[in-house]
Amino acid sequence: MTIISTIKPQKPWLATPKQRLATGSTILVATLATYVLVAITPLKGKLAYFGCFLIIFIVMDFTIHFASRGLSAAKDATARAIVTFGVGLAVLPMVSILVTVFNRGRRGLHWGLFTHDMKMNSVSDPINQGGLLHALTGTVILVVIALVISLPIGVLTALYLTEIKGRFANPIRFLVQAMSGVPSIVAGLFILSAIVYPLTKSYSGLVGSLALSILMIPTIARTSEEVLLLIPNDLREAGVALGGTQWRTVAMVVVPAAKTGLVTAVILGIARIAGETAPIVLLTGGGESVNGNPFSGPMGSLPFYIWKAFSVGSEESITRAWAGIFVLLGIVLVLFVSARFLSERKTSR
Amino acid sequence: MSQSNESENENMETKPLTSSLSSVANAASASRTPGSRAMGVGLEARGIHAWFGDKHVLEDISLDFWSGTVTALIGPSGCGKSTFIRTLNRMHEFIPGAAMAGEVLLDGKDIYAEGTDVTKIRLKVGMVFQKPNPFPSMTIAENVLAGLKLAQIKVENKDELLQECLERAGLWSEVKDRLKAHGGSLSGGQQQRLCIARALAVRPEVLLMDEPCSALDPGSTLKIEETISHLSSSMTIIIVTHNMQQAARVSDYTGFFLSDGGPGSLVEVGPTGEIFSRPKDKRTENYVTGRFG
Repeated sequence: MTIISTIKPQKPWLATPKQRLATGSTILVATLATYVLVAITPLKGKLAYFGCFLIIFIVMDFTIHFASRGLSAAKDATARAIVTFGVGLAVLPMVSILVTVFNRGRRGLHWGLFTHDMKMNSVSDPINQGGLLHALTGTVILVVIALVISLPIGVLTALYLTEIKGRFANPIRFLVQAMSGVPSIVAGLFILSAIVYPLTKSYSGLVGSLALSILMIPTIARTSEEVLLLIPNDLREAGVALGGTQWRTVAMVVVPAAKTGLVTAVILGIARIAGETAPIVLLTGGGESVNGNPFSGPMGSLPFYIWKAFSVGSEESITRAWAGIFVLLGIVLVLFVSARFLSERKTSR
Repeated sequence: MSQSNESENENMETKPLTSSLSSVANAASASRTPGSRAMGVGLEARGIHAWFGDKHVLEDISLDFWSGTVTALIGPSGCGKSTFIRTLNRMHEFIPGAAMAGEVLLDGKDIYAEGTDVTKIRLKVGMVFQKPNPFPSMTIAENVLAGLKLAQIKVENKDELLQECLERAGLWSEVKDRLKAHGGSLSGGQQQRLCIARALAVRPEVLLMDEPCSALDPGSTLKIEETISHLSSSMTIIIVTHNMQQAARVSDYTGFFLSDGGPGSLVEVGPTGEIFSRPKDKRTENYVTGRFG
């Protein structure tokens, strides 16, 4: 037993320091070679650096693995290198956007943003005057109303497609998929011509929410459908075999089992519409003061605030716009994190 | 229904009238011929046929299940055993393209008759599935009592029922300290016994078990077999199994199903001892002695 107790846990499948050194030096040599190559050839710019590094690194990596472990290992290493670069390419713009928004938006942030609206100020006033309270409340109201409309419709549509599987399931699935590709301006124009011109004849938050719902329902319906399809049929059979009706089985077994995924569907739906600009510009009128009544009067919103501030183009207004983007991204981020947190805490017991 | 009279040359007599007469004659010999007892008690399958789309998978099965006994259904894969027991609590109709013919009499009433409340049927004829399927969003206690909530049954003392069901399923001593834990935290064998407890909570008269041990290790299998023996005194149990030793251990009667490429049919049924020691049909003998299948 003493022998066993002296053995330390090891991970012999991990890269040895020697192998890590080899990878590190490959990267180093490739970087140096890239600099030299860009310096002595007419290639210019970031793209040249990136392209040269990619090619040089892959060639070196391939050669090293080919020499040490043969062709199939070399192919494997090349595939891994290309995938890693691909991930880098995908993540880089996202990080870049976040960093830019943070850097630029930071300068426009002050507490007044959350306590003042733009009733008394124009967007070109000094940045510490006025704020985006009206836009913030407007966005929250628009999103909440759109969610209240879209969540039941979206989830019920998904339940029809997965549980009832009615005769119209296939055409409805096709429609929902087609709807999720509808340009947001079309949703805005539809509400404009179907509701605003013939009925209300004025801007309001509600009509904006209706347009957002058109965009949100397909997202929620599709995501919910995919989540519900993942619920094993065993559970439905178990519920029905215990004497439950289909409705009670769905409500007590299927939906609770899919809860985490349904929360994700809601988040994706909100993320889809929170920054939507075109229908908002068409329908809500974008007021400058706080308007808590979605049924009448123009209602501000963050996308509208950003759009308007950018379009003015003065230095202060552009700073304002970046601050607005910062707040909007912050809201979406908080939503994502909190929903993840909530859904994980409830399921992982 | 019209199908049930087509194969009159079979050993099994399917007409209720004649069989009710024969029941008097055969009552003493404890034969398992359909209708071999007073009508209107327990579960009786009469001339069951089943289809999936155009495929005829089950042909003219007639079987009686006696209260307080365990009946094992054995036979090679794909011979329609599972399909047959799924017709007994109307789970067969859940499969798209499914069709059936024949009668299943529960306490003398056809469960496929027009106007039958199918949820009430499934309350009386419970089911345990091949793969343990506890509800993942519920705790152990909630799982056991799920049937009451699903079927909207009110009970006076839930804790008592919970303990009783878990005890009958042989799981109480293992989970009594963690009833609030999730069902998924149990081992496979415990999950299957949890599913048995869940099926018992709505007090079924008949319990259908579709290969309940096929996904379990020998230890868990033994526990489930003990559970079956305990339960058999108070209810009718029908168990589908691929394990012939299991059929021999737990059952009072055994039915042998076989498909010769066409629809599956019932080759022979009788007391388990007879089926395993001196089967009447050559095919049964070949199967139980391990010569094929």
